[in-house]
Amino acid sequence: MTWHIEIDGHQCMASGMCAGIAPELFALDDDHARPLHPDGPADERALDAADACPAMAITVTEGEEVIGPRS
Amino acid sequence: MTTADTERLAGVEPLTYPFNEAKGLGISEAYEQARTSTGLLRVRMAYGEPAWLVTRYVDARLVLGDRRFSRAESVHRDPPRQGEARSDSGILSMDPPDHTRLRTLVAKAFTVHQVEKLRPGVTELAEELLDGLEASGPPADLVEDYALPIPVAVICRLLGVPEQDRPRFRVWSDAELSTSSLTAEESEANREELRAYMAQLIEHHRRCPQDDLMTALIEARDVGDRLSELELIDLCVGLLVAGHETTATQIPNFVYSLLEHPDELARLRADTSLIPTAVEELMRFVPLGSGAGFPRYAMEDVEVGGTLVRAGEPVLVAVGAANRDALRFTEPGRLDITRQGNQHLGFGHGVHHCLGAPLARLELQEALRALVVRFPRLRLTGDIEWKTQMLVRGPRSMPVGW
Repeated sequence: MTWHIEIDGHQCMASGMCAGIAPELFALDDDHARPLHPDGPADERALDAADACPAMAITVTEGEEVIGPRS
Repeated sequence: MTTADTERLAGVEPLTYPFNEAKGLGISEAYEQARTSTGLLRVRMAYGEPAWLVTRYVDARLVLGDRRFSRAESVHRDPPRQGEARSDSGILSMDPPDHTRLRTLVAKAFTVHQVEKLRPGVTELAEELLDGLEASGPPADLVEDYALPIPVAVICRLLGVPEQDRPRFRVWSDAELSTSSLTAEESEANREELRAYMAQLIEHHRRCPQDDLMTALIEARDVGDRLSELELIDLCVGLLVAGHETTATQIPNFVYSLLEHPDELARLRADTSLIPTAVEELMRFVPLGSGAGFPRYAMEDVEVGGTLVRAGEPVLVAVGAANRDALRFTEPGRLDITRQGNQHLGFGHGVHHCLGAPLARLELQEALRALVVRFPRLRLTGDIEWKTQMLVRGPRSMPVGW
C-alpha cells in the first residue's frame, strides 16, 4: 500500500526536524519543508517525522486513513 | 589527521573563543567580521580540540540540519567546551535513529496543539505573581519573583515533579548549565545527585501512576520497552532542566532588551496583539549564549561556507551571530517587534530543534503580556547582577519598580 505524505505550508515552521530525521523522505527549502516523494512505499520514518514535527505540519495517509502523526 | 590536513591547518592560530562578554547581552563585533569573510574561522575554547566556527545563517542551517554532522560523535572525542566538565549525556548528544526513538516519545506532549491547553493556566499564574508583587510593593526581583516561578511551575506540573522541591533542583540545574565553576568530578557528582533525585521520583510514580508525562514515559519503558532506565532518568532530568532554565533566563532578557528599546516597548504596550511577533523578534535579537556550544562533528568531508570541513572535525554554530546575518534579515541589528518572515534560529534547527519551543513561546508571550499590561511604568531600580560562567547569559537578579 502506498503512503501519502502531505505538509501544511501554513503550519510548517522550517524547524528542519523532518529533513534531519529522514533526509530520504523530506527536503527543507528556504521557508518550508516538502516531501521528496509525496506518494511512496510505507516507511516508518515518515511516521517518526510526523510525530516529531514541532508544528504538527506533517500528515501521513494510507488510502483514506490518517496514520501519522500517531495518536 | 593526515599530513595534508596538518599542513592545511598549520600557521592558522585558532582564535580564543567565545567572543561575547559573559555579562550583558552584547554581541561581539568579531562575528560581523567573521560573517563577511570567506570561509570559516578556526577557534579554540578553554577545553577540548580546536573547531571551525559557523556564523552565517545558511551555513548554520546546513550544519544543524544535515545528517552528515553528528552530535553523538562528541561522546568519543575531546569536544570544544568552556568548562572542564563534559556535557554529553542525554538526548542532545544523540543522532537519529536513537535520537528519534526518544524524541518521538516526548514530542506529543510539546506540540503546539497540546501546549495551547496550558495557556489559561500560565496566564493565571502570571497574573497571580503580579498580584503578589503589587501586594508587597516595589522593588521586586524580576528573576526570583516572576521569571523563575512561571516555567518552574509549568514544567513541574507537566512532568510530575513536586514544585516545592524547586530550591533543591535549582542548585543542581544551575550546576548542570555552569561552564566553569565546577571541576569534572564535581560536575559528575552533581549529575549523579540529580539522577538519584529523579530515580526516586520515578519509583514513586511507578507505585502511584499520575496523569503526567513522567508516568507516560515510565509506561513507554515498562510496557513498550522503548527506552532504558538510564535514558528514562536522563530524559526526565533534561526536561526538568531545559524546561525552566532557558525560559526563566529569557523573560528578564526580553524585559531588559525592551527597556533598552523604549520605543519598541511603547509600541508593544499600545498594541499587545504584537506580542507573538515581539517574542519571535526577541528570540532572534537576544544572543543568549556567550558563545556556541554543543559542537557538531563532520562524519564525512563537507564544504561549509567556502571551507572544506574534513571528516572528524568539530564545527561550532554561533546561532546568535546567524540571527544577525544581513543576508537573511533586513537591518539585523535593529529590534523590530513587527518583523515578518522571522525564521530565526533561536530555538536551534534540525533534529535538535528545541523540543519545548511551543511551550517556551507560550510562556514568554503570556509572561511578557501580563507584565507590560500591568506595569506601564516598569523600570530598573538598581544594578542587574549578571550570571557568569553559564551556558546561557542573563540576569541572576534584576531589581525592578513600577
